[in-house]
Amino acid sequence: MQHIDAAFFALSDPTRRAIVARLARGEATVKELAEPFAMSQPAVSRHLQVLHDAGLIVRRVEGTKRPCSLNTAGLGAIERWLAELHQALSRNYDRLDDVLAAMTPKGNPT
Amino acid sequence: MSSNKMTLVTEGDTHIVVTRRFKAPPEAVYRAHTEPAIVQQWMLGPDGWTMPVCISDVRPGGKIRYEWSNGQGGGFSLTGEYVELQPFSKIVHVERMHLPDPTPDNHVETHFEPDGEGTLMTMRMTLPDAATRAAMLASGMDKGMEASYARLEEVQARALA
Repeated sequence: MQHIDAAFFALSDPTRRAIVARLARGEATVKELAEPFAMSQPAVSRHLQVLHDAGLIVRRVEGTKRPCSLNTAGLGAIERWLAELHQALSRNYDRLDDVLAAMTPKGNPT
Repeated sequence: MSSNKMTLVTEGDTHIVVTRRFKAPPEAVYRAHTEPAIVQQWMLGPDGWTMPVCISDVRPGGKIRYEWSNGQGGGFSLTGEYVELQPFSKIVHVERMHLPDPTPDNHVETHFEPDGEGTLMTMRMTLPDAATRAAMLASGMDKGMEASYARLEEVQARALA
């Protein structure tokens, strides 16, 4: 849960969202990620660092390469938070109906 | 006879608009959103949670602080500030959840309009960016709201029985 604010910030950038969308299809190297964008590999690396710091991606070492993949635990934290928020909203209004019924005398013809 | 059903639509890149009808006049619905003793009865989230702390300083610039507890040591809070208040028709406020890290600020404008003998509530949320909203919607918000319709029908059926 501690990564939520950083995760939202990381996902506020369209390039980083595109990188996340690409990684959703599978692991990729910096070079592979840089290809579809008109960007240098160092520029892509900086975006990857932001995603990594936010807990959204993980990197492993393979020789001189450091392929990236999605950190499903990091993405899960966001979904859990949103699911709780959403559930709270739905339940609250059902409950408010009952509270309002108690506030408003029923059966009074108006 | 108007339906109580909730609707949820998106607007532009960063807005979510929720509408909900209530079988009570705007004054009652407005008070239920601003008076701590009433807010504590319904703004509780999942079953089993309570709101032991409810501070609502109902004036422009006034602070909002809600603290929830599950009675087993679990809890989280929301803080915010009122921006504009028009009894009993409009509330504008900013809020953020603390989980414990703060979530992005949600700017919320809530309108209460007479609707027959009840109220049509329109809540317009403005999130800081498109990604935040996309993530909210991707979480299945629509699906969950559908489920709430079903629960609502049950509550109404019981109330009318």
